[in-house]
Amino acid sequence: MTAPSIASTARAAKRLSPSTLSRLSVARRCNSTGAEPPPAGGHLPSIATSKILRTTREAALRTPGIKWLDEDGNSPLQNTIGGRETRKMNLYQAVRDAMGIALAKDDTAIVFGEDVAFGGVFRCTMGLAEEFGRERVFNTPLSEQGIAGFGIGVASMGQTAIAEIQFSDYIFPAFDQLVNEAAKFRYRSGGQFNVGRLTVRTPSMSVGHGGLYHSQSPEGFFMGASGLKIVVPRSPVQAKGLLLASIRDPNPVIFMEPKILYRSAVEQVPIDDFELPLGRAEVLVPGADLTLLTWGTPLYHCETALSLLAEPPASLAPLVPEALRGARIELIDLRTVLPWDVESVIESVQRTGRLVIVHEASRTAGVGAEIAAEVQSRAFLKLLAPVRRVTAWDTPVGLQFEKFIIPDAIHVLDAVMETLAF
Amino acid sequence: MDGVGNVIEGAELPELDQEFARKKNMALLPIMDTLLYNIQRQGKISFYMTAHGEEATVVGTAAALLPDDEVLGQYRELGVLLWRGWGIDAAMAQCFGNEQDKASKGRQMPVHWGSPQHHFHTISSPLATQIPQAAGVAYALRRDPARRGKNCAAVYFGEGAASEGDFHAGMLFASTISSPTLFIARNNGFAISTPSSEQYFGDGIAARGAGYGIDTIRVDGNDVLAVLSATREARRKCVESGRGVLVEAMTYRVGHHSTSDDSFAYRARQEVEDRKRIDNPIARYRLFLKNRGWWSDSDEDELKESLKKDVMRAFKTAEGLKRHELSDIFSDVYGGEEPLNLKEQREELTQLLRKYGTVWEPWKAELKKFKDNGESLLGRSK
Ligand SMILES: Cc1ncc(C[n+]2csc(CCOP(=O)(O)OP(=O)(O)O)c2C)c(N)n1
Ligand SMILES: [Mg+2]
Repeated sequence: MTAPSIASTARAAKRLSPSTLSRLSVARRCNSTGAEPPPAGGHLPSIATSKILRTTREAALRTPGIKWLDEDGNSPLQNTIGGRETRKMNLYQAVRDAMGIALAKDDTAIVFGEDVAFGGVFRCTMGLAEEFGRERVFNTPLSEQGIAGFGIGVASMGQTAIAEIQFSDYIFPAFDQLVNEAAKFRYRSGGQFNVGRLTVRTPSMSVGHGGLYHSQSPEGFFMGASGLKIVVPRSPVQAKGLLLASIRDPNPVIFMEPKILYRSAVEQVPIDDFELPLGRAEVLVPGADLTLLTWGTPLYHCETALSLLAEPPASLAPLVPEALRGARIELIDLRTVLPWDVESVIESVQRTGRLVIVHEASRTAGVGAEIAAEVQSRAFLKLLAPVRRVTAWDTPVGLQFEKFIIPDAIHVLDAVMETLAF
Repeated sequence: MDGVGNVIEGAELPELDQEFARKKNMALLPIMDTLLYNIQRQGKISFYMTAHGEEATVVGTAAALLPDDEVLGQYRELGVLLWRGWGIDAAMAQCFGNEQDKASKGRQMPVHWGSPQHHFHTISSPLATQIPQAAGVAYALRRDPARRGKNCAAVYFGEGAASEGDFHAGMLFASTISSPTLFIARNNGFAISTPSSEQYFGDGIAARGAGYGIDTIRVDGNDVLAVLSATREARRKCVESGRGVLVEAMTYRVGHHSTSDDSFAYRARQEVEDRKRIDNPIARYRLFLKNRGWWSDSDEDELKESLKKDVMRAFKTAEGLKRHELSDIFSDVYGGEEPLNLKEQREELTQLLRKYGTVWEPWKAELKKFKDNGESLLGRSK
C-alpha cells in the first residue's frame, strides 16, 4: 500500500462530488465551539474543557446505556435517576470507586498487583487496603506472569480477581498466561472451568514523555486471543461503569486505562453501582459525512480535529477548504476493542461512506487493520474513500520524537480532510 | 569495616594501594545524582533515578571487574560507567537526550545508559530481561577464544526484579549451560513501595543460589571494601569455573524510587534519616581513608569542589544542545534494507510537516528543538 499523499487544498475542494458538496455546505456540526476561532494549539478543546466529558450531575446520570445495580440484587432494577447522587471524580478516582464497590458487594473479590497496597503508582487503589484489609488488597512479588497466573487460579475457583499490571508495556511477561491460559480456559475444559471472574487492569497509552516502555498501546497483540475481552475507557463515568461490567462479565477482561487521563479527565460520576455495556461502541457526535472511530486518549485529539475543521484558526484556515468545514463527522468511541462492535461501526460507515480509524499503536497489524479489513468486506459498495488509518509509525516510541510519532489532532484533521476530499 | 571505618577484627583487607583507594572515593556519583535529580524537578529532564545509599555496592563491584567485563545493568548503575571513564558529558547527554546522546539517540528515558566501548549493554526498562541475556553474553564470551577464561558477564538487578521469571531462567541457564555469569543482586530493601519483606518469604536472593547449584556470597553492600573483596573473589571463581556466581549486596535505597515517586507515602522519613546517619557507605569509607592517613578534609573539599564544577559545566553544555536529527525517528528500526512501510511513513510525515510544520503551533515549537530543525525530513527531495 502506498502512503496516501497530502492533497492540496485546491484539489480537495474540486474532487468532492456536487451532491457531497451541497450536503456539506448545509451541514452543521452539533458540538461546534463558540464564535471566536481559537489560535492553533492555544485554546483548543483540551481534555479539561472537552465536551465529551459529562461534567454535570444531569449529564452523568443520563449516560447512554447506563444500568443501575442497586443494593438489593433481587429487586427490579431502578431505572429512575431521581435522587441519585454524583461526585466529581477524575479517572483514577472513578477506577478506585468501582473497585471499592466490587470489594464491598462481593466478599470473594480481591485486588492485587505490584505496589497496590500503598495505593498504586497511579493512585488507583488508594485507601483500599486500609478499607478492606490486606488479605483482600495486597502487594504481589514483582512478576507479571505470577500476577496473571495467580489471578487465573483465583478466578478458576469462582472468586473475583482484580489484578493490576503496573504498565501495559509490562504485560508481556503475562502474555502466555493471558493468551494461552485465560483466553482458552473455558474452551479447553469443555466449558467446565472458566476464569470469567478475572479482570486485569493496566495503565496504557502515551503521556508525551514516556519513551519506548511507558507509551505503548498493546491491545492489538491480544486481537487473536478469542476468549479475552479488551476494554478501554475514555472518561471517569465510562471507567467506573465499564470496569464494574468487566469485573462481572463472564469472561476474562483486560481493562486498559489511558494513563494520561487519570488526572486530566474529570466528570461528575454517579456514586451508585452501575454498569455500562461491554461490546458496544458509542456514538459521541452524530454525523453523516465521515465516521471517525477511535478509543481512549485519541478521542480528545479527534474532538480537537473536528473543531479545527469546523472553525480553523487563522494560521490553519488556508489549509482547510471552506467546502469541508461544514462536514458532519460522526465520532465513535469503540470502547470494547475485543470483541468489537462490528454492527455499529458498519451501520455508521454505511451511512457516511467514509471511515478514519485512529489509534496510538503502530500501524502494521494494529487494531485498525482488522477493522479496515472487516469494513471493506462488509461495506465495499458504500465506501466513497479508502478506509484511512491514523496511527503511530511502525517504530518504537522514541522519547524525544514523541510529538511526531504519536498521532495528534493535526494528523487526524489531515486524514479527515483527505478522506472527505477523496 | 564497622560503621566508623575501622577494619573489623579478623577481616582481611582487599589488596589496595593508596592511589586505587583514593580513586574509589565515590564522590562523583552522588554529585551527579543530586544535580540530575534537581534539574528533573525543574523540568529540564523528563525523569531520573538516583543511587543514593547504594554507592558502595555499585562502585565496589565496578572496581572488582575488569574494564572489559561485559556489564548488563538495571538502571541504578551509573557508577559502573563513571568508574570505567564513560564521562560526565556522556551521562548528561543521555539524560537530556541531546545530539550528543550516543546511548540512545534521545530515544530512551534518562538513566537508560549504554556504551559498547565501555562494555556496558544498553539499559531496557522492562525489568529482569537482562538476566537471561547475561547468561547468553557469558556463553558468547566462553566461545570467544580471546576472551574465554578472561572475562565474565556481570549482571545487576534489584531484589524486586529477582522475582521475575527471567531471573530464574537466567540463573538456571548460567549454571546448566555453564557460562561465566556474575549475578549481582542489589538488595536495597524496596521495589518502589514494596518492601523486601513482601517480595520474598525466604532468605533473600542469596538463598536461591544453592538451588541452582550456583556459588553464592552475601555481602554488606554499604562496606565498599567488603563489596570489593567479595566481588573480586566471586569474579575469580566465575571466570575460572566458567559458571554462574551470585553476589547479594545488602544495602538501602536512601532516595525515592525515582522522580515519579514520593517514598514518604510508604516509609517513615525518620527511617531514611537514620539510615543515612548510621550506615552511610560514603562516610564509612571516608573514615577508613582518614584513619590510614590517605585522605583529609581538605582533600575532600577540593575534590568535591572540582567535581561539582565539572558536573555543572557538563550540565550547562548539555542543556544548550539540541536533539538529534528528526529523521532519527525512523533510523535503526531495522538494519540492512529498510522496509517499504518505513520508507512510506517517513514520506508521510515529511508531507505532513511541509504542510503544517510552520502553522501548527505544537509542531512549530517542537521542530526547533532538533539540531536540523526538522530539515532532515523537510529538506528531503521527493
Ligand atoms: C517488567 C516490569 N514490571 C514492572 C516495572 C515497573 N518498575 C520499574 S522499577 C520497579 C521496581 C524495581 O525494584 P528493584 O528490582 O528492587 O530495583 P530498585 O528500584 O530497588 O533498584 C518496578 C516495579 C518494570 N519496569 N518492568
Ligand atoms: Mg530494590
